[in-house]
Formats: sequence, structure tokens, C-alpha cells
Amino acid sequence: MRMYDLPDARGHFGPYGGVFVSETLISALDELREAYARCRKDPDFIAEFEYELKHYVGRPSPVYHARRWSEHFGGAQVYLKREDLNHTGAHKINNVIGQALLARNMGKPRVIAETGAGQHGVATATIAARYGMECVVYMGSEDIKRQEQNVFRMKLLGASVVPVESGSKTLKDALNEAMRDWVTNVENTFYIIGTVAGPHPYPMMVRDFQSVIGREAKQQMPEMAGRQPDAILACVGGGSNAMGIFYPYISDKAVRLIGVEAAGHGLESGKHAATLCAGKAGVLHGNRTYLLQDENGQIIETHSISAGLDYPGVGPEHAWLKDSGRAEYVAATDDEALQAFHDLCRLEGIIPALESSHALAYAAKMAPRMKKDQILLVNLSGRGDKDMHTVAEKSGIKF
Amino acid sequence: MSRIAATFARLKKEGKKALIPFITAGDPDPGLAVPLMHALVEGGADVIELGVPFSDPMADGPVIQRSSERALKQGVSLRSVIGYVTEFRGTNKTTPVVLFGYANPIEAMGAERFADAVKAADADGVLVVDYPPEEAHKLVEMLDARALDTIFLLAPTTSDARLKQVATLGRGYLYYVSLKGVTGAANIDLADVTRRLDRIRCFTALPVGVGFGIRDAQTAQRIAAVADAVVIGSRLVQEIENSAHDQITANVRAFMSGVREAMDVVGKVEAAT
Repeated sequence: MRMYDLPDARGHFGPYGGVFVSETLISALDELREAYARCRKDPDFIAEFEYELKHYVGRPSPVYHARRWSEHFGGAQVYLKREDLNHTGAHKINNVIGQALLARNMGKPRVIAETGAGQHGVATATIAARYGMECVVYMGSEDIKRQEQNVFRMKLLGASVVPVESGSKTLKDALNEAMRDWVTNVENTFYIIGTVAGPHPYPMMVRDFQSVIGREAKQQMPEMAGRQPDAILACVGGGSNAMGIFYPYISDKAVRLIGVEAAGHGLESGKHAATLCAGKAGVLHGNRTYLLQDENGQIIETHSISAGLDYPGVGPEHAWLKDSGRAEYVAATDDEALQAFHDLCRLEGIIPALESSHALAYAAKMAPRMKKDQILLVNLSGRGDKDMHTVAEKSGIKF
Repeated sequence: MSRIAATFARLKKEGKKALIPFITAGDPDPGLAVPLMHALVEGGADVIELGVPFSDPMADGPVIQRSSERALKQGVSLRSVIGYVTEFRGTNKTTPVVLFGYANPIEAMGAERFADAVKAADADGVLVVDYPPEEAHKLVEMLDARALDTIFLLAPTTSDARLKQVATLGRGYLYYVSLKGVTGAANIDLADVTRRLDRIRCFTALPVGVGFGIRDAQTAQRIAAVADAVVIGSRLVQEIENSAHDQITANVRAFMSGVREAMDVVGKVEAAT
């Protein structure tokens, strides 16, 4: 069997990925690619990355058997990979540490980031404080309104938060604006992209930094459950937590890989963010991938209860995994995610992020139809503290 | 000879430099698209870069972003932009038109259908901001087969190896982006531009246009002294944005004439010395 070795030298995953940017960004991406190629093989770089993951993030994150939740289904045993226990509350920090170390290695004292829900922004602000770097975070003005607490957290950590007023004033526009900053200030600035999207080498690099999740799980599952799971589930917005847990399992064909997108009010409503389930291939943000777009190729606005999944594109490697059939992509609605959110709170004492609740929701659909000795592993990519306002509002409660 | 090549050949004979305005097609409304193209020509345009609006114009600054949003709000699509060219050609058969935009609207239409439509409309060239040479082979092939020019961007940071690659793939002219950053950003450094143009000309005989950061007749004049063409985008779009609706074409014509006049002084000075 041929080893899975994507992307190719120019960042292609089959027809997806690549470098679709203006000439003005090419040299910056070349510089980044070379620096990353050097660092990923450098034992000192790897050792420092691992040191930070252990002592600053608190890795390895545990795999936890959700016994009561599993009993509630009466079917498969559900295990959770606890990325919610990481410092800053989500998987985002793994990647940010990797890229910040790379920035330092490249001699760039200023880091910038885009953020939707604010999790990646908070992670970037955190690491910038930790390493004494200047930090600017771009955030859509609509998202700023929805995520005031995270904006405050970023400011506490010393970052500047720049509201983005263009387009739909959400994550995709923040990404556009961060790219514009980068192309203008490329000499002293490193752009820390938060997901497995963007031009090569970002999708590969972010996947590599996040793949610690899957590597740990692969080691932990035999210890915890006596074997590898039958299926792994992860939510997919841009897709970094899913790529992180899927990647080490790609060649392990016995394990089903299931990405769960945000179906919002339902796929038929048009108000969703299920790019792989309902989108079409195109070019955005530096790569070819599935996109939610109209018949004229304009990007359309998305909807999800979780801001972190509210993105009209998806990482190009997911596009490839879908087309090649190696991974399956499904969707869960706002309501299904909320139900899973509440169940996990009440039955396991764990408050999950609304993003991760989409993966939980699909596990809740699968588990009752499976046998008791079958195993599902859900990537619990983040904790739900940030979602208190959204959930309270849904229940008609105001703080 | 293509219309673009013929235009540069004629200008060379006349001792002039090309003036290339950029507008976003359908900004501020579709009804003005074709009248504005004619106004540009009356003001002295040699080639028109016609912007195709896109929802996510990553390489553009706020001025062109807003123009794109205005056009999109009025339902302007790649198909309508191609329609404006057809209409423009009803009365103007000489001024080259280059469609200027982002990849996704073209991908949505399909490269082959797009190339056919551009040919049928009798446009002359295509510049896709987010198709660097590595990702542009298919489109170049389609356009080449129809005798249409693919225009490429060059940046201050473009390496010699890439210059060579772009020189091989590029047709019509090359567009040197004189600034780091997005469209409409700060002022340009003339000495630096001159140095870069010398370097670019080691690799290509194609005419080289300079754009990004050209905001007035004076700067255009200084750039015209060293480049083959001067591209003006954000400043012109700003003129459209700031004009009362019934004054737009007149103001655009007047602004263009001012630039044209300043640029032609360069030709005369060069011809006299």
C-alpha cells in the first residue's frame, strides 16, 4: 500500500490546496515554507514545541470514557479526547505555539491573527504574551458584538483587536484583512492562521502541529479501551481539530473518520455552514477547496450557532479526504448540537464548546444503533465557558 | 498583432506612454458601466482594466473593496461584466479591455466557457489576481488558444527565477505592483521602481506597466518617465465614490485628461532630447 504523503511540493491534495495568492504574497510564503521545512526537522525546535505542549498547555490531554452518556444510548461506548482541558480551553493553542516558535525562529517580532469566535485570537494573544511579541487580532465587527468576553480577554493579554467592517463583518472578512496586513508588513510580521486553510504551507503546517491530538489518541485508546475506536468524530469549520485527530489515522483504514459540519437551521434552509455537505469547489483564501458560493462564484454568508464553525470554506485536505472517500462528512443542526451540549453537561459534568457539540450530536445519532462493544472517539475540541451567553439566550435567560 | 500589442506599438511610435485606468465594472451602478468606459477613453485611456467585483477582494484596499461591494449589491456578476464589454465594442473597436479580478467567479463559470465568452465579447486580456503562474497554466492555455492575453503581476519581492517564469507565461504587458501592500496604499519610491524595472527588462521584452500608489498627475508623470504604462486604480475609484451621480462621468473624464496631459509632457521632453 502506498503511504499517504500529501500534500505535494506545491501544497496540493489532489486537485485541492495550492497557492492561490497575489504575487505580492509569494515571497513571504516561500520564506515561510523554507523556514518550516528547516524547523520541522530540527531536533531543538521539536524539543521546544514538545516542552511547551507539556508544561504550558498541559498535554497530553486525557482520553475519557463517557460512561453515563454511553449508558444513556445503550449502544456504542463513547470516549472523549479532552482538548477542552488545554490551557486557553481548546485545541487552538497547539497550532499557535508551533507557529509562534516559527515566528521567533524567523526573527519576526510581530504576530497577527484572524478570529471568528475569538478562540484562536485568545490563543494567539496568550502566546504573544508568553513570548513577548506584539499581537494584532482581526475580528469581524459582528463577531466582536457576539463575543465581547473574548475581546476583553485578548485585550487583557495585551493584544490589539481590530474590528473589520468589510463584507459580512465575520471570520472570512477578518481573514481577508489579516492577509492585507501581512502583505503590507511582511518584513516584521508573522501571520498565524488558525485553521488548516489558506495558501500552502499553512494547511500542512497547521495539520502537523495539531496532529499531536491524533498521535496521543492512538497511544491512549489501546490503554483505555483495549483497542482503536471504530470511528472518530470531530467537528469541521475550517477543520483543524478534525485534521489533527484524523491525520495519524489516515492509513489505519479500519477506523472510520467522520467530520461533522454545522447544518445551522438545516441544510435545506440555506442557513448553514456545511461546506463539504452542500458546497462546490472553488478558490478562496489562497487555496482551492469546497466553498459555499452562489452561481456567480460569490461567497455567501453562512450561519451556525457556533461562531467557530461559521466559515464558508474548509481546509483543502478535508476536500481531498471527502472526494477520495477516506473520510465521511455529515452535518448536525443548531438544535441537535444544543441537545448534545445539555446532555453532556448533565450526564458527564462536562460543558463542551458549541463547536464540539456538533461532533457530540452526531455521535449521539450513531451510538444507539451500534453494539455495546463498539467504540466511538469524539474529539472534544474545546470547552463551553465562552458559550454561556449564546446558550442562556437560547433558553430565554439574560445575564 | 493583438489589440494590446498594437496599442503599445503605436504609442512607442508616437513617443508616448500608455495610460491604463482601472474601474470596478458596475460601480456605482450597472447603468454607468459602459458610459464610464467611454469617458475613460475620452479622457485619454489607452487600455481599460475592467474590475470584476468579488465578495472577498483579498488583495485590495478599502477603496476598491467598497466599489466591489457597491457593484455586488446591484447584482453585477462576471456575466454582466462581459456583457458591458460587448456593449462597449458596439462603438469602440480600438481600445483594449482587460478583465481584472479574482479566480472564483471564473472557476464558477468554468475556464473554457469563460475564455469563450471573453472572446465572443471581443475583450483582449485577463488578469486574475490570485492565479500566480504556478496555478495559471490551464487558463493561459485556454486564453492563448483564443489569441487572448494573460496579464501577470510582478511585485518588488519577485525573484529572478520567478521573473523568468512570468516572462514566459505573460502576454500583452506585465503589471508591476510598485508597493508592498494592498491597492490604494502609501506613496511610491521612484528610484526603487526604476531599479526594479531595469531588472525586469533583463528578462522580458513585454511592456511593463506600474501601478499601486499612483494618485495624481505628478506621480503619473514621474512613473511615465521610467515605465511603459501607468496604471491608476484606487484614486479613480475614489473619484467615482466622491462624485455626485450626475457628475461622475464628467469628473472621471477631467481627472483622466489631467493625468494624460502630464504624462504626454514626458513623451515630448524625451522626444526633444
